[in-house]
Amino acid sequence: MAKYAFFLGCIAPLRYPGLEKSTRVVCQKLGIELVDLNDAGCCPAPGVIKSFSKDTWLASAARNLALAEKQGLPIVTICNGCYGSLFEAAHELNNHPEVLAKANKFLKEIGMEYKGTTKVHHLAEVMYKEVGIDAIKAKITSPVKYKVATFYGCHFLKPSDIKQLEDSENPHMLDDLVEATGAVSLPRKQKTLCCGAGGGVRAAFGDVAKEFTKTNLENMKASGAQFIVDVCPFCHLQFDSSQKDLGFNIPVIHLSQLFGIAMGMDEKELGLSAHTVPVKL
Amino acid sequence: MIITEIRPNPEFEKQVADLGGADVKMCFQCGTCTASCPSGRRTSYRVRKLMRQTQLGLREEILNSEELWDCTTCYTCVERCPRSVPIVDVVVALRNMAVAEGHIFENHKKTAQNLYKIGHTVTVNANIEKLREELGLAKTPPTVLANKKAMADLVKLMDATGFNKIVE
Ligand code: SF4
Ligand code: SF4
Repeated sequence: MAKYAFFLGCIAPLRYPGLEKSTRVVCQKLGIELVDLNDAGCCPAPGVIKSFSKDTWLASAARNLALAEKQGLPIVTICNGCYGSLFEAAHELNNHPEVLAKANKFLKEIGMEYKGTTKVHHLAEVMYKEVGIDAIKAKITSPVKYKVATFYGCHFLKPSDIKQLEDSENPHMLDDLVEATGAVSLPRKQKTLCCGAGGGVRAAFGDVAKEFTKTNLENMKASGAQFIVDVCPFCHLQFDSSQKDLGFNIPVIHLSQLFGIAMGMDEKELGLSAHTVPVKL
Repeated sequence: MIITEIRPNPEFEKQVADLGGADVKMCFQCGTCTASCPSGRRTSYRVRKLMRQTQLGLREEILNSEELWDCTTCYTCVERCPRSVPIVDVVVALRNMAVAEGHIFENHKKTAQNLYKIGHTVTVNANIEKLREELGLAKTPPTVLANKKAMADLVKLMDATGFNKIVE
């Protein structure tokens, strides 16, 4: 059975716990064992914290990676931001001894060391590559008929030279995953356009972020989508929290919640009450 | 007519490279980045111009500009740049320099303070704690939030990297 250290991040456990719950339930059904990465902190956020101090970002990420290394497990995350930060930090630390030495100088202050061995994965990647579409289909007990707009976000596939998952301009991984549940992923314009929240833009210039979100919502609405399916709690937050102001009403669910629904999870377990845009199944 | 002479400042490029933003010299100003940039479509931010300013070392113009903070780090430009300029790394390096000079937005400082206080970028909220319990999850997630010693370590680690000066 595949076994991973489950890195929670910030937004899922502290804003949308239904994403965390669905992930735990769905992984169990798929035979993925999740071990809590106890004592982890923020990844830290690639846009904001990394923009303020690369040293703080690197040292804090190295701490999280070292915690997983101690457990002897690869990390899995359900958030593009955490995936972006931890993957990129691991890429730098695991391949560049001088960067690793720098991080370890900081970690020494708290009696820790990172050896440079932790691998970092996104849940969608694990589902697609490790579990596989056929094995997922075999676990679908309550197929859905939703027409959905898939939202990849940015830091799942990009930068593609290091992520090497698939073509970032024309991806299909998430569409294939979504369609395994019986849902139909609709084509639309500008499918890979950023949600607008990243890089600290949501915090500093909320109206600019919403302009990105608005274009996405217009395209999603024009496509006829009944749901937005994301793979990132931060994109999730951006889409869920800004629709009221923007005059849209398309419910937003994370991939883990869609799988939860299609695998017969009790509706109450999905944590939908935390969503601003009401989700009716 | 006033002609302002711009003298390139190679020292600046080196500082940017030291902060992880190498190879900005590779930029040949084709404009693919700006043409692809969703932020540039909605704001006055022009990423091609920023790369040129960086090559020229226009320190004050760059570090004082609000536009530097319009990039969402979406990586569309990086995917398409024909010269493989690590554009986002350059932006992040420039932002680090700006913050070191005290240019930081109030809301960004708040996010940083949250991280410094509780190890997460968002606050703890009683309604969510309640929902966590209803879902059968631990009221407090098993992160630094649940372990004082781990949180103290994280603060010590952040202090070692100078983060305390940013959140002050
Ligand atoms: S796409 Fe690359 S080479 Fe072209 S202007 Fe932008 S950074 Fe320079
Ligand atoms: S990463 Fe930044 S500069 Fe590049 S296209 Fe996206 S918003 Fe524009």
